[in-house]
Amino acid sequence: MAETTLSNSARRVASLIEEKRRPESMRQIFVRRFFKHRMAVFGLILLLLIVVFVVAGAAFYSESYANQTAILNKNKPPSAEHPFGTDQVGRDILARAIYGGQISLLIGVTSVFISISVGTLVGLTSGFFGGLVDSVLMRIVEALLSIPTLILLLVLSSVLTRNTATMNILGRELSSTVIIIVLIIGMTTWMPLARIVRSLVLSLKEQEFIVAARAIGVQNRSIIIQHVLPNCIAPIVVSATLGIGTAIITEAYLSFPGFGVLPPTATWGNILSPAKDMVGTVWWMWMVPGTLIVLTVLAINFIGDGLRDALDPRSMR
Amino acid sequence: MTYYITRRLLQAIPLLIIVTVIIYGLLKAVGDPLAHLANDPLVRAEDRAHLRRSLGLDDPIPLQFVHWLIGDDWYQRDLDFDGVPDTYGERRGVLRGDLGESFRFNKPVVDVIREVLPNTLILGITAYVVTIVFGVGIGIFAALRQYSFLDNLITGISFFLFSMPIFLVALLAVYIFAVKFKEWGLPALPTGGMYDVRGNRTLDELLIRLILPVFSLAAISIARYARFVRASMLEVINSDYIRTARAKGLSERRINYVHSLKNASLPVITLMGLDIPAILSGAVVTETIFGWPGMGRLFIDSLTILDPPVLIIFVLMTALAVVLMQLFTDILYAWLDPRIHYT
Repeated sequence: MAETTLSNSARRVASLIEEKRRPESMRQIFVRRFFKHRMAVFGLILLLLIVVFVVAGAAFYSESYANQTAILNKNKPPSAEHPFGTDQVGRDILARAIYGGQISLLIGVTSVFISISVGTLVGLTSGFFGGLVDSVLMRIVEALLSIPTLILLLVLSSVLTRNTATMNILGRELSSTVIIIVLIIGMTTWMPLARIVRSLVLSLKEQEFIVAARAIGVQNRSIIIQHVLPNCIAPIVVSATLGIGTAIITEAYLSFPGFGVLPPTATWGNILSPAKDMVGTVWWMWMVPGTLIVLTVLAINFIGDGLRDALDPRSMR
Repeated sequence: MTYYITRRLLQAIPLLIIVTVIIYGLLKAVGDPLAHLANDPLVRAEDRAHLRRSLGLDDPIPLQFVHWLIGDDWYQRDLDFDGVPDTYGERRGVLRGDLGESFRFNKPVVDVIREVLPNTLILGITAYVVTIVFGVGIGIFAALRQYSFLDNLITGISFFLFSMPIFLVALLAVYIFAVKFKEWGLPALPTGGMYDVRGNRTLDELLIRLILPVFSLAAISIARYARFVRASMLEVINSDYIRTARAKGLSERRINYVHSLKNASLPVITLMGLDIPAILSGAVVTETIFGWPGMGRLFIDSLTILDPPVLIIFVLMTALAVVLMQLFTDILYAWLDPRIHYT
């Protein structure tokens, strides 16, 4: 095994010398391996199309149009005027899918940002300092993992989304529940990453380069930022990517019983939720946002898989 | 081994204490269960104050926690507001078997849960068994045909299912098998509740009404198990001792179903154990869609019409089940796998 790898890399170096090429940088290797992953490229294209849909679509419909109710025009099937039909209070579903998509993606990205920040911070602290800090943090992680995430989230959101006020976010009037949903999804999903980062740090800590850095008197903070953190990037990137998909689905789960983002602000989850009582009669109301959710999450999962393979040092190709 | 089990049991105790404190704190934050009385013109302010005091809502929160845990029949409250504590409480506390009283139903939480738990178990256990039978079966099937057309098809479908929220599977199932089947004149499956409203409470009726919720619950899990079993099988199939078994001239059948499956089943058993608590907590979404009178629906209803005593027992039960099953699978794993030595 070792012999073949050695001769393989030796051959590769030889061929590089022959062709007078410089060896690839880590980034080049990563990019090449990612784009060799066919499903990952497919996922990337699909995700780009969805982003174009929710961004460019805003040029055709205004947000006030998306939030405008027309009770006489409720539950109408797709027509020329409303390509995806109307919802239970007569709002245009296409326009709502566009603006809802913006919010769903925003919730996905920002809640993952919170989740990986907390997860990485806890994991680094716990693994690097060990001792009492580690014990306390890991007991809290265990305790939080013992309560099923969806149940924890539903309890939190049912309390915190009672406030129906709107507020100005990024220059738009949005329901304040958007921020609450982002915060609670972020704060209830960081535990698995914290565990992964911790175990990585534990093994890194014993390696020569960290011991060497410590021996020459590098401060803890610099060791963590310059030596430990860069070696944890792979699992952080992968779980961040997959986390966006999970967060989008989670928002839909919270909206489904009515504890998610409140109208008038649309999300894919809350467009779909009223359809649960009239599945047969208003198929467009759940199929449109449902398809968008599935396509987005599918694309993100493919990208995450590609990233995982491309970043895995054990499968060097 | 005994030492390992004892140590794990002892470790579970501080964990349970932390979980309980977190849950209690969380449920205290849920809000004031008497808030709806504040705007009720029929309830006098004095009565409200008296009710608050007698329910113990005026006590400091740490003390409320103690009362909830071990009861308040040793603690006197000043119920007539004259500055002198006069009346003992009536609760005996969770640790002494008193789970409290539901505000919504005006009866003990135990009775409320006892009513819905069997319904949830019927649905959950059926879905669990279906999931494991199909998941493990499909997983083995795919692993033995790695990269064949069928294997790739299964992988594709799994990926698709992974990206779906459970309610979308449920809505699609209702749409196709109930709504469309009726339109096409085929026998449509019922979607509402456990029994016919007109009181047809036969086993056949129940079984038919189980099909759609069980399908919705199991579909995504089957994909999860299939992927997991497949990966686990492939790891074993490519290992040295399987090559040895083949070199010895054992039959393919024996290699696959005795040698490989036995070793590949270890991680699967862990997964199976960790999925058991989910049966207890019920299927929040699926039960809502199909009107199944189980734990999941009780939970959602107790959130909508604020009923903290029920909520706290519900969350505590699920967390307790998670902790215990984790403990159980760890011990089972150590016992089943001779390669692991715990001291």
